[in-house]
Amino acid sequence: MTRTQVLDLYFMEARSKLIDLAAFLDRVDRAEGEADFRLRAFRDAVSHLSDGQPARAKNILLSLSDPSTEPIATAPGKGAVGAWPGTEAK
Amino acid sequence: MRYIEPHGHMVSRVTDDYQDMAMAGCACICEPAFWAGFDRRSPEGFYDYFCQLTEHEPKRAAKFGVPHYCWLCINPKESEDVRLARDVVALIPQFIDRPNVLGIGEIGLNKNSRNELQVLEMHVDLAARLDQLILVHTPHLEDKLKGTRLILDVLKNDSRIKPERCIIDHVEEHTIELVLNSGFWAGMTLYPESKCTPARAIDMLDNFGTERIWMNSACDWGVSVPLAVPRTGLEMRRRGWLAETIDKVVFQNPARFMGQCPKFKIP
Ligand SMILES: [Zn+2]
Repeated sequence: MTRTQVLDLYFMEARSKLIDLAAFLDRVDRAEGEADFRLRAFRDAVSHLSDGQPARAKNILLSLSDPSTEPIATAPGKGAVGAWPGTEAK
Repeated sequence: MRYIEPHGHMVSRVTDDYQDMAMAGCACICEPAFWAGFDRRSPEGFYDYFCQLTEHEPKRAAKFGVPHYCWLCINPKESEDVRLARDVVALIPQFIDRPNVLGIGEIGLNKNSRNELQVLEMHVDLAARLDQLILVHTPHLEDKLKGTRLILDVLKNDSRIKPERCIIDHVEEHTIELVLNSGFWAGMTLYPESKCTPARAIDMLDNFGTERIWMNSACDWGVSVPLAVPRTGLEMRRRGWLAETIDKVVFQNPARFMGQCPKFKIP
C-alpha cells in the first residue's frame, strides 16, 4: 500500500484515538488524589509514539510488560491490569 | 468468505451467533476448554463441562450446519489448585477418543505462578503420552511476555513435543517472533480492547508472513466479537490482499494445523 492509501484507510480512526488519549490524560489531570503506577507506565509508553523508532507497537507492549523471568510463588488473583507495578521503581 | 473459527467458546454464546457465523461462511468451529468466569468447585464440574463440549455443543452447532470440535484441559485460571487440577487431568483420557476432540487445550499460564507451571507441565506430559495436539493460552496484558517465555521453555524442554503440533495463541507484537522463530504455530486473537485489533493482526501478517499462523475471535462470555475473523478478512481485502492469501490465513492454515489430528475433517 502507498502511504496515501494507509492514510485514506486509517487516518480518521487514528485521529479519533489520538484525541481520546489526550482527553484521557486531561481527565486524569483534573481528577483528585494520587495516581497509581499505571499512570507512570502509561506516560512512559506514550513516549514511544514520538521517539522516531520503528516497532512502536512492540516497544509500547514491552514497556507495559513484566520483564522478570522467574515464576511467582502464588497467583495473587486472576486478573491483569495492563501495566506492571514494578515500573513504579524505575 | 469461507473461514474456520479455530478458537470460540460457544457454550457462552447464543444461537444467533451460530446463525450469524454460519451465514458469514464459518465452515467449522473449534472450542478450547476454558474458565467459566467462576471457579468450579469439584472435578465433577469439569466432567459435566467435558460432556457439554463433546456431546451437547456439537449437536447445537449441527443445527446450523456447522461442524464443532473441541480441546480438553483445566484452564490456567483454575490451575492454582494443583490437587483439583490433578483430578481433572485424570478425567481427560476417558474423553480424549471422542470424535470431536482435537487435543489438549487451552493450557498455559495466567499469572505465571509455580502451581500454574506445574499444571502446565502435567498437561504437556499428558499430551505427549497420548500423542495429542496442543493449544496454548498465553497470559493477559502485562503478564503475556513473561508467560510466553516460560511456556516456550516448558515445551522446548520436553523432547517428545514437536513445535509444529503446538499452537501458541493470543500472540501480540512483542511475542509473535518468539513463537514463530521457535517453530511453533501462532494464533492472533481479535478482541476489541485487549489482545489485537484486525488492523494490528494484518500488520503482523505484513511483517511476519502467513506461515504457521491463524486468527480467531476467542468469542466467550466477555467483550468479544464472534464475527471478528470474517471482518478481518474483509479488512485484508480493503488493504489489497489477494483472495487466495486471505483464504490461506482464515481457512487453509487452521485446517492444516488441525488436520494433524486424524479426527479433523476438512470442511
Ligand atoms: Zn480462549
